[in-house]
Amino acid sequence: MAEKITLSKKDRMKVCWRHQFLQGSWNYERMQNGGWCYSIIPAIKKLYSNKEDQIAALKRHMEFYNTHPYVSSPVMGVTLAMEEERANGAQIDDVAIQGVKVGMMGPLAGVGDPAFWFTMRPILGALGASFAMSGNILGPILFFVLWNVIRYAFMWYTQEFGYKVGTSITNDLSGGLLGKITQGASILGMFIIGALVQRWVSISLTPIVSTVENDAVNIIDFSKFDGTGEALKSILQQYDSGMFLYDTTSTSLQANLDSLIPGLLAVCLTLFICWLLKKNVSPIVIIIGLFIVGIVGVLLNIM
Amino acid sequence: MSFITVLLIVIVAFLAGMEGVLDEFQFHQPLVACTLIGLVSGHLTEGVMLAGSLQLMALGWANVGAAVAPDAALASVASAIIMVLGLDGSTAVDSVISTSIAVAVPLSVAGLFLTMICRTLAIPIVHIMDGGAEKGSFKTIEIWQYIAIAMQGLRIAIPAAILCFVPSSAVTTALQAMPAWLSDGMTVGGGMVAAVGYAMVINMMATKETWPFFALGFVLACINELTLIGLGVIGVALALIYLTLKESGGSSSGGSSNTGDPLGDILNDY
Repeated sequence: MAEKITLSKKDRMKVCWRHQFLQGSWNYERMQNGGWCYSIIPAIKKLYSNKEDQIAALKRHMEFYNTHPYVSSPVMGVTLAMEEERANGAQIDDVAIQGVKVGMMGPLAGVGDPAFWFTMRPILGALGASFAMSGNILGPILFFVLWNVIRYAFMWYTQEFGYKVGTSITNDLSGGLLGKITQGASILGMFIIGALVQRWVSISLTPIVSTVENDAVNIIDFSKFDGTGEALKSILQQYDSGMFLYDTTSTSLQANLDSLIPGLLAVCLTLFICWLLKKNVSPIVIIIGLFIVGIVGVLLNIM
Repeated sequence: MSFITVLLIVIVAFLAGMEGVLDEFQFHQPLVACTLIGLVSGHLTEGVMLAGSLQLMALGWANVGAAVAPDAALASVASAIIMVLGLDGSTAVDSVISTSIAVAVPLSVAGLFLTMICRTLAIPIVHIMDGGAEKGSFKTIEIWQYIAIAMQGLRIAIPAAILCFVPSSAVTTALQAMPAWLSDGMTVGGGMVAAVGYAMVINMMATKETWPFFALGFVLACINELTLIGLGVIGVALALIYLTLKESGGSSSGGSSNTGDPLGDILNDY
């Protein structure tokens, strides 16, 4: 047998680097096809020296393709393995290659979206934002570095994995593993979202529900304050022992709600929006609606 | 703004525009874009603060399948530029940041339309690439891939450049002319808008099995001593425990029980 043409590690790294630009020519007709074809060019150059074979390869990789841009890497790995076999004379036709691509892209997108967009980005984003809100530069740096390290490591190792196991990966993934990863990611995602709703959705109602006159003996008498440290100390002691600063104590509606559980309104609002989204109300409409509610709330003095 | 500042801002905007479609390096995320614009314009701290607040709003914005989410790229770039202009016109930091956030929302919608236009314009581009494939011309495919990416970059870079030339006095006047009820209302609304992103995420992932974990996350978050990292650890542990229990429950009761109730499965064995 003539010597086998194989893709070197360097070739595979080139493909992996280019694969980052997968979505660059994303279009409504065949979606990621242009980016996919662009990514696989180094492999085609290496595997096929004959012009006709190159043309055929380019054409078959301009077919419809669309998945999550990161989990596309294992698909790329498998495709590279198949192209390599084909270049060495194996009977793998265009339909088989396109079939593997299409067969893998659907289920994998189902993993990539919850895992990256809806678990990793909210978690890293919220982590970074919580530093950033106080003006700490560490937040953005943390987000950017962690994200890109994880992302590129994922893309490279899953592409290598796909390349090594070749076509058997398709069987592997349709087994239980993929389902488990999706479910694990969904559980973690839902847990974190629950936490984020409590921490970061802020609604606060201002109306006062009750105002109670405080008993005169329990009100700190500020008229006794003569500017000395001794007087200040006695005032602080009185305050510490639970005496009131003002003649009356008011309880706001918000404080009452918070004593049930902090963030109750936030979670109600979130669930209401979930329901609206299910009714196919556009998120943009909801966002604009919320701003209007905010403005009206301020005008009516209830928020 | 000096020529160098404008140039650097336009470069940041170009990167953000590219990323708005690529979704790889995350230059389009507010946390990165606003920080970079703050950095190149000499308002780093304010940029980082704006970045944090905007990021919270945009947490759940994601392109799923063929659907396009509100555009974080234009929202973060343009609101950061407006913030810089406001600060140069010496408006108070707090009010500049909260107004910039409010401005970001309509911009994210405008960006959404721009990205849809670009994704339509990409159709003739891939037809040219088809032509390249027909002739076996690698160069044609590569060049048009770069052109398509550059087009997405310009989608944000051009509006950013235009914004930079708005005199900062005009922005300051506009910001100060804004009545208090409007900016306060926007701030209140902004606090609620984060819920939309979360709701989108929930609708993607919610099943009978995952709802209890949402409740757990919500209640545990009330404990303020728990940081997000701590909550993350609890979440991972819960997911692992659940999957393990489910597996062992499933195998001991003959694999017939995907009821999502491992405790029930264990009880059934008695």
